[in-house]
Amino acid sequence: MNLSITLTVNGRERMLALPDPRVTLLDLLRDRLDLTGTKKGCDRGHCGACTILVDGRRTNSCLALAISHDGADILTIEGVAHGDTLDPVQAAFIAHDGFQCGYCTPGQIMSAIGLIREGQAGTDPERVREGMSGNLCRCGAYAGITEAVLEAQRALDAAEQEQAA
Amino acid sequence: MNRFDYIRPTTIPEAVAAASAPGAAYLAAGTNLVDLMKGGIARPSRLVDVGRLPGLSAIEHLPDGGVRIGALVRNADLAYDPGFARRFPAVAEALLSGASAQLRNAATVGGNLLQRTRCAYFHDVASACNKREPGAGCDARGGENRLHAVLGWSEGCIATHPSDFCVPLAAFNAIVEVAGATGHRDIPLEEFHLLPGETPERETLLAPGELILALRLPGTEAAFAAHARYLKVRERTSYAFAVVSAAAGLRLDGGRIAEARLALGGVALKPWRARAAEAALVGATPDEAAFRLAAEAALEAARPSGDNAFKIELARRILVRALTLAAAGTPARMPALPASPFAIGA
Repeated sequence: MNLSITLTVNGRERMLALPDPRVTLLDLLRDRLDLTGTKKGCDRGHCGACTILVDGRRTNSCLALAISHDGADILTIEGVAHGDTLDPVQAAFIAHDGFQCGYCTPGQIMSAIGLIREGQAGTDPERVREGMSGNLCRCGAYAGITEAVLEAQRALDAAEQEQAA
Repeated sequence: MNRFDYIRPTTIPEAVAAASAPGAAYLAAGTNLVDLMKGGIARPSRLVDVGRLPGLSAIEHLPDGGVRIGALVRNADLAYDPGFARRFPAVAEALLSGASAQLRNAATVGGNLLQRTRCAYFHDVASACNKREPGAGCDARGGENRLHAVLGWSEGCIATHPSDFCVPLAAFNAIVEVAGATGHRDIPLEEFHLLPGETPERETLLAPGELILALRLPGTEAAFAAHARYLKVRERTSYAFAVVSAAAGLRLDGGRIAEARLALGGVALKPWRARAAEAALVGATPDEAAFRLAAEAALEAARPSGDNAFKIELARRILVRALTLAAAGTPARMPALPASPFAIGA
């Protein structure tokens, strides 16, 4: 088997030869593509720091073997902002102090973007907390994170209504 | 992680042939397997990636009211399929109470059945574990075992099966369709997982190379949809394995229970169907007294395997509560907030 794959990473197509089938998407992003925004926390799928979107869905990149993701469309924290304009989720995390040390933040933001796209949480803080439970924050910024997700959801809903009007 | 060969077959027979070799393992999403490989607990010499096999990713609503779920359907996709949640609400509730959103987006339903136990001694390669290394002994017996099995355990293994999804599947008579070298066969989910006995290393009825193709929930079981719940208690509100969980389904007729479905999770090395308790409920009025009798029947054979006697009484109470919730009716919003006792009524 030829151990090379093609990925679209933050909109750019990348051809990548893999030295070994053991490489995870997380290690590939960090070590090969210098996209170190995606963090390695536990490396075992427990903490959520490595969350990215794979084909539009939030996933733990530490448990995803790169070789089995040939052709996938990957979005990482580096691809979220539009030039100098922050994504509404990023802006809401700043506005609501959704972090302290910041290590879990890229994963939290990617997870929040995924949660909002899934459309299951709405404006219910309990559902937001449940939906974000795969992302641990050892600083305990959970209250700010929940507020940020709710505000981002409101901002996106308002933008959508404006567009529809 | 050990080195391995990676193969991606394009047909089911090719996959079965490739996985029949000693040391081979199937890879779908890898959410459990890659974790086990990183810990040195699983060391397959060959990974057979079935993630792109055709025909295994559909949710088919069958004319008889049943559902056929391809083995590669992702947990989240099944839980959020509106037709599925309407027919089998307790299964959707169980799916959403398992793992995290990230894991549910990746993990497949076939893989869910093949999850390994979360026993800490199984996961710690420095500990003795008969499941990991037959004959090595069991460090869980004299160790931290308050979360271990209270039903069906043996001297050789007191681990529990971690799946939420499998609990309502056992209750509602799910069938596992598998393909092997000699053809296809159906295995009732209730028989699919093995109790430890003398061979805790044997976990399922699957022969080497056999591949899960699909799960089927029979149409008759959709008759419980109006009164079906999954209730899970854990040591935090979300993203934790069950201490004890229960799936309960009732079919009510003229104020009495015509038929019941019950299974427990977190109590044994397999999802624990409580048939004696189901029988005890038939003809009864759905009230607390009847539910308590059923719970007594369900836990009659239970005994602690360590510091876990509390799980026996907890399991009785969870059964009573799950039955009470089921009798009150499946909530209008499905999936409900996943199976948390703090979210009842939400």
